[in-house]
Amino acid sequence: MNRRKIIEEWIFKTISFLAAYSVVLILLYLLIVVFNKGIGALSWEIVFSLPKGGYYFGGGGGILNAIVGSFYLSLGATVLAVFIGLPAALFINVQLIRLKRTQNTIRFFLDALWGIPSIVYGAFGFAVMLFFGLNASLLAGIITVALLITPILVRAFDEVLKTIPVELQEASYSLGSTRTETALKVLFKQGFAGFITALLLAFGRGIGDAASVLFTAGFTDNIPVTLDEPVATLPLSIFFQLSSPIEAVRQRAYAAAVVLTVIILIISVSARLLSKRYSKNIIK
Amino acid sequence: MKQMTFTYQPTLSAESVTMQNEIAMAEEIKDTSIISIKNLNVKTRDGAILKNINLEIPKNKIVVLLGPSGCGKTTLLKSLNRLTDLHKELKVSGQIIIDGQDIMKAGQNLSAMRQRMGLLSQRPFPLPASIYKNVAYGLKLKGIRSKKLIAHSVETNLKRVGLWNEVKDRLKSPATSLSIGQQQRLCLARGLAVKPTIILADEPTSALDPISTKIIENLFKELKQHYTIIMVTHVLRQALRLADHVVFMYYGEIIEQGHPDEILKNPKTTILKKYLIDGN
Repeated sequence: MNRRKIIEEWIFKTISFLAAYSVVLILLYLLIVVFNKGIGALSWEIVFSLPKGGYYFGGGGGILNAIVGSFYLSLGATVLAVFIGLPAALFINVQLIRLKRTQNTIRFFLDALWGIPSIVYGAFGFAVMLFFGLNASLLAGIITVALLITPILVRAFDEVLKTIPVELQEASYSLGSTRTETALKVLFKQGFAGFITALLLAFGRGIGDAASVLFTAGFTDNIPVTLDEPVATLPLSIFFQLSSPIEAVRQRAYAAAVVLTVIILIISVSARLLSKRYSKNIIK
Repeated sequence: MKQMTFTYQPTLSAESVTMQNEIAMAEEIKDTSIISIKNLNVKTRDGAILKNINLEIPKNKIVVLLGPSGCGKTTLLKSLNRLTDLHKELKVSGQIIIDGQDIMKAGQNLSAMRQRMGLLSQRPFPLPASIYKNVAYGLKLKGIRSKKLIAHSVETNLKRVGLWNEVKDRLKSPATSLSIGQQQRLCLARGLAVKPTIILADEPTSALDPISTKIIENLFKELKQHYTIIMVTHVLRQALRLADHVVFMYYGEIIEQGHPDEILKNPKTTILKKYLIDGN
């Protein structure tokens, strides 16, 4: 190898190394800061009890309402998004297989929707909520978060389906399958591991978003029992606590951030493990 | 093709004459072409892939489609079970008559038509399921629900492709746990389970090692007694070993066709001569 090529190789290797490790370092730094600030304030009481009167002014209790509320909201939104997203992705990849231009147009719109800031979804959800005469509630929050994560989910499912070799579809058709049978019995199974990952990532996106639920989900110190009750979420809980002038309350915001981060990390690790588990049958 | 003659034999009894006639007729049907392709054209916006293809495919023979890459062999193969329908950019016209029925006509039962043609692709594509479920898949699509019948068919077809002894103790294992050669045989068993009459094979041994290739070739030799096999290959020696009839294609056209000994040893056209020289 001549000198020029050696230098080229070295520069490229160094840039790749720095880019890859800077991502890891930023994540580690973020985790260190959050854990460092939050771990001191974290207690069983914070995680497992409801806020008592004046919690956001330094009163006792915890953020169980926000933890459970976030789960309710994200779970509901993810289920709703899956019911819309999975058939949509299968439709794009199976029924529209011959219509490349239509496929690309739909993908363009989904990508555009993906790029819209979540506050816009929040405002849209709020407008819809007013139109239907709904109050800020778990249901309104679920619908808004579902709107936010559906494009993400459809595109993620779509990308999974795009990786499935067309020959596998042909194999299924040649055995006498219809398009629907191919979609449900072959493509769904082949893409299952990827779907799980996409699903958990969308769930993670839903649980961590504050702006979309700011106007729609409301906030309460209680755990909602019905869909028309307001619901507290972890991101909003963190926001309210961080806005407090009281230092102890701000510390508890970091404790809540630790809880949210741990939930997101658990979701990410679960996504990887489940994806690995369900990929044993698939063709690579 | 064999020409059948019927001669009166006064020494034979009426019953044996009838029997002989029946055998002769059966022989004749066996030798009749199972697929008749008439004026088949496949076009894209960029040009023609297949140009006015006219071809008779005889029953219970191995027909090899030979030619350089991009000459339209795979497109021709996929036209036969209308997998070309999956690509809107392909405009297909002409007739493909299989057992007297033009499959190109609108309103065809594509599922039933495709089940009559097993497909073997270049690389094996087992379904994302266990070995057992791969073979059982087509049967279930056919509406067979009896577990006993399915189990019997799975065993029979895995035995036919010589895979039973290798997998009988791990039928529930993922199909992807098999070697590539085993996967290709599994795909063949899966196709045979739905009782096709035609096997379409698109370079079925191109991803296989010599031993697996030999197994597949031997299988094809056995299977042609019951099936019509249409195979795409680039390997001239393979064509010579297997083919009963070779069709040489070039730029979407059939240039020469006939018995392998005729056309591969004494080619008439310059294109084929050049291809054979380059190929060797």
